[in-house]
Amino acid sequence: MKYIDEFQDPELARRLLDDIHATVTRPWALMEVCGGQTHSIIRHGIDQLLPKQLELIHGPGCPVCVTPLEVIDKALEIASRPEVIFCSFGDMLRVPGTGRDLFQVRSEGGDVRVVYSPLDALRIARQNPDRQVVFFGIGFETTAPPNAMTVHQARKLGIANFSMLVSHVRVPPAIEAIMSSPSCRVQGFLAAGHVCSVMGMGEYPGLAERFRVPIVVTGFEPLDILEGVRRAVRQLERGEHTVDNAYARAVRPEGNPAARAMLEDVFEVTDRAWRGIGVIPGSGWRLSSKYRDHDAEHRFQVDGIRTEEPAACRSGEVLQGLLKPHECEAFGTVCTPRTPLGATMVSSEGACAAYYLYRRLDMPAAKAREATPVV
Amino acid sequence: MSDTTAVSAAVPAAVPAAALDIEAWTCPAPLRDRPRVVMGHGGGGALSAELVQQIFAPAYGGAALAQMGDAAVLPLGGARLAFSTDSYVVRPLFFPGGSIGDLAVNGTVNDLAMSGARAAYLSCGFILEEGVELDVVTRVSEALGAAARTAGVEVVTGDTKVVEAGHGDGIFINTAGIGLVPAGVDLRPQRVVPGDVVIVSGAIGVHGVAIMSVREGLEFGVEIKSDCAALGGLVDAMLAVTPDLHVLRDPTRGGLAATLNEIAAASGAGVVIRERDVPVPPAVANACAVLGLDPLYIANEGKLVAFVPREHADAVLEAMRAHPLGADSVIIGEAVEEHPGLVVTRTGLGGTRVVDLPMGEQLPRIC
Repeated sequence: MKYIDEFQDPELARRLLDDIHATVTRPWALMEVCGGQTHSIIRHGIDQLLPKQLELIHGPGCPVCVTPLEVIDKALEIASRPEVIFCSFGDMLRVPGTGRDLFQVRSEGGDVRVVYSPLDALRIARQNPDRQVVFFGIGFETTAPPNAMTVHQARKLGIANFSMLVSHVRVPPAIEAIMSSPSCRVQGFLAAGHVCSVMGMGEYPGLAERFRVPIVVTGFEPLDILEGVRRAVRQLERGEHTVDNAYARAVRPEGNPAARAMLEDVFEVTDRAWRGIGVIPGSGWRLSSKYRDHDAEHRFQVDGIRTEEPAACRSGEVLQGLLKPHECEAFGTVCTPRTPLGATMVSSEGACAAYYLYRRLDMPAAKAREATPVV
Repeated sequence: MSDTTAVSAAVPAAVPAAALDIEAWTCPAPLRDRPRVVMGHGGGGALSAELVQQIFAPAYGGAALAQMGDAAVLPLGGARLAFSTDSYVVRPLFFPGGSIGDLAVNGTVNDLAMSGARAAYLSCGFILEEGVELDVVTRVSEALGAAARTAGVEVVTGDTKVVEAGHGDGIFINTAGIGLVPAGVDLRPQRVVPGDVVIVSGAIGVHGVAIMSVREGLEFGVEIKSDCAALGGLVDAMLAVTPDLHVLRDPTRGGLAATLNEIAAASGAGVVIRERDVPVPPAVANACAVLGLDPLYIANEGKLVAFVPREHADAVLEAMRAHPLGADSVIIGEAVEEHPGLVVTRTGLGGTRVVDLPMGEQLPRIC
């Protein structure tokens, strides 16, 4: 596949790595915001090839990981109802709420379906007028526009049996929260390219200036990430802190105006809890009052859900770079993708899952064996 | 794993960003177990293995089950008999490159072939759903018969059951097969030793993507046909070069990753593959990139993985390439002493990562 192979070329990667090695003169800590970038970094072994002084901190940008427990529990409650067809992207099915997940709801008789597009859920609603069809709308600015468009379409077409359980989150307030923390070690950001392809770059100059951090808009293929790192460390070494676009083939400064207009029409900004982090003001979207009829929380009255969380999990520290996943006592022993203690172990984009999948060689031999599934 | 040490943590109260207490960040997902069967139990990954180890094996006992191979190799009257069974629940019943009828023959024939046996006889059990058209049953049966003739195997016994409408998926088929293991052939993961060369017989991920393309209504720009085929002839060609192959497996559910993990775990050897040498057709890579799936975990139906002593590798590879079903055979790695029981890939950029056993089924990512 040419357009992917081109961005995995080992020769070009070597040149970028040589440049990075020649540039870095002292320790730096960069955060890649997006879980897709974390996954790519670990999958391709990029962190092993970077200078030792350069630390990549895995950010909270995994939509599956950060969806609050309360919302997962609401999804489980709604999906369990006999009149409901509950539609979701695949990777949300395995995320545990309090005591169970959507796979389990399905095994108990719930009609839970994996879809590849929110419009598929709308089609299911049209085909099943006597059922209630609910789509689980989660994710960052990347997935929000098609979800917004789907609600817009449902209203336009008068599809009354369609609603959406919305738990969208926004990246800039999360960056602000991370940088405002007294224990923050992050000195620069690789911003999520897909998010910026929608929202543009306008939200970042203020953050770069206020916290004096370079923010480099970065893609997801190995060469994209190396180029993002190269530009970020070049700024750090020079004492600069500007917003730079290293993903120009996908990101325009103004983003995608049509998508943004759709977001503004359908959603409104709200405070949002991030799983493992807590509530970050202004960091989420919910359906605006104009679309209240299509709001699943309103339609199914799922307030009053009580959530329970284990005390032992340290993924909050992982999310802000204070702890590497394999340094956690529970990692690979009581906490595995089979029995996740924390959300970062659940999603394939979560930092703990990425380390579990790809990095057990870094662990002491005895612990690696313990972490390896018995076949 | 039922410890649910919980703290009362409804959604935390909102705090101004500047006051965010990072030290108090916690991660909340509770431990849990599964009281019911979920789809992942049939996915060929860790959940499937647990089902066998924790429920089936203890309940059945017996030495044959301890082999845990695709086929059991059993002594009988001085000969060694290979015996295997498999059930087919694919949807849709017809897909590009084959049908459930072809699968039901080729799957069992291949399970036998992986023990070195040429399948001789098959049984065939149909479970039909009330309402399925007889024309469909006819077409599936004809496909099954044609596949059997191509594979050189006879269907000698069968069974039919009908379940009420809504209790099946049109047609389910179970096949069981028997064949003889030639003298001198001993294929099992315990024979793998460091230095063995890992060969795959061609492009991987094709069957799984072909099924996804029709089942989910996804169009990937080019039609992808299943690689469904009977591998007995290819195995014969390999054994003709040397009976001293160490292990053969067809990487079906769970894909190449699951197969290599099973061999690594059962043999105690480490396995290293070179990612760039694994043959992934552009159409499969494309589809996987779109869906966020890894081709290493996608099912195949007409491919095999061989662990071959290094001294025989070139000759075996040559014989495989001379066979139509092995024309694109390639060496992708080797067994090693390091990291026993683990499968590791060298990435295209020069890094390394562990290739794990899949948990259940792969799930398309949100973005």
